[in-house]
Formats: sequence, C-alpha cells, structure tokens
Amino acid sequence: MQFGILVNEGPYSHQASDSAYLFARTALEKGYKVPRVFFYHDGVYNASRLATPPQDDRNVGARWSKLAADHGVDLVVCVAAAQRRGITDGVLGDNFRISGLGQLVEMGIQYDRLVTFGD
Amino acid sequence: MSDMDEMEDGSGIVKKFMFLNRKAPHGTVYALEGLEVVLITAAFDQDVSMVFTDDGVYQLMKGIDSKGIEVKDFSKTYRALDGYDIEKLYVDQASMDARGLTEDDLIVDVTVLAVDEMANLMAEQDVVISF
Repeated sequence: MQFGILVNEGPYSHQASDSAYLFARTALEKGYKVPRVFFYHDGVYNASRLATPPQDDRNVGARWSKLAADHGVDLVVCVAAAQRRGITDGVLGDNFRISGLGQLVEMGIQYDRLVTFGD
Repeated sequence: MSDMDEMEDGSGIVKKFMFLNRKAPHGTVYALEGLEVVLITAAFDQDVSMVFTDDGVYQLMKGIDSKGIEVKDFSKTYRALDGYDIEKLYVDQASMDARGLTEDDLIVDVTVLAVDEMANLMAEQDVVISF
C-alpha cells in the first residue's frame, strides 16, 4: 500500500501538518510506503528552515526533514504556492525540494491512496 | 510529442479525480489555488469532476466583483473550464437552497445533485481532493 500525503496548512497555526506527520510516520513504522508528501497552500511554510520554535516545543519542519532522511520520503513544495509566499530554494529545510503541481497529480495517479490534511 | 504529452507521467492510467470545492471564492486562497490543481489534473488527461458544496457554490455565482477588496477576480476561469475538457460540474442542491440560489444565478451550466446522488458520485471516484 502506497500513501500520498497532501499538506494544505502551515505549521503551528493548524494541526494539519502535525497530523500528517504522525500519519506518515505511523504508516512507515507499520510497513506501508509513503513515497511523497506534497505541500500546498500555506503548507509550503512547513519547508522553511528559518523557523526556530521554542526548544520545549516540536520543530515541525525539522521533523519532516528527519522523516525524509530516515525513510527516503520525497518532500515536495509547490512552486507557485511557494513563490507567492517567499519560500525559495534559499530557505528550504533539508530534503525538501520545490517542484510543480504535476507532482501532486502524479501521487493521485500512481499511489493507492491520497490523503489530504487541511481545513 | 507536444508539451501536454510530456507532462503526463507516462503510465497511461486515467483515474477519476473529484475536486470538492467547499469554500467561498474570496476570504481564503483555497478556491483560487484549488483551480490551479484542477487545470493541471486535466492537463494530465485525467477524468475530472468538480463539485461545489457549502459556501463553495458562491464560486460560481454571477456578478462577482472583487475590485473592492483589491483581489484578483478569477471567476472567468470557471467559464473557460470546458476548454480544458472539464465539463463535469456538480452542485449540491441543499447548499444552493440554504443560500437562496438557483441554477440561474450561476455563470456556468451545472448538474444539481441531491445528497444521496452526490454520495454515489463520490463513491465512484478514485481520488477526492477537497479545497
């Protein structure tokens, strides 16, 4: 079973990115595949390496980066949404990349399930 | 090979994609950025349906003028959808009724569905993406 994940909200203001992360991590731990996570709308803010949350809180962006490092998850940020919001290659966290909406459509075509996290 | 062909993933798979539009056209960016996904999905030659429900029915309302809020008016895009072979447009009857809207208030031709018909249509889809 391959899951594609779509994250539509930014970190901290919404739980969507946390829920998506926990879903992805749990699916991977249980042996399912999560080849790609796609970040759209304000979800592109999850990719910023400039975020420095308090040390007693989770670092939403950094743990996505670690999940990708541990499991080879492809973290894709929508280029159009990113450009609107000032997310460029220069501020991307580790293992994030910027690409087009076609990467989202491909998840729908190729994977067994596409799961959306957002409002 | 055209640009359009190169955009395909090469699998030749055609899936049924439903885009569920639930939000008013302005106030949040979901409707505008959602439309961009719809157009790309059509460019991948997928079987695209659009559903308008809840405040999403306002996206298709005639006479939208966003000049006052200084936000781009993208409502013309809905009229151009058939140029992208996106012809399956559905609206939720209850959402229309609750807002005092009829088909005459909308800028495009739609199919109005009762909730059970909408449920059946959703059950037929491979992918449902909600904006």
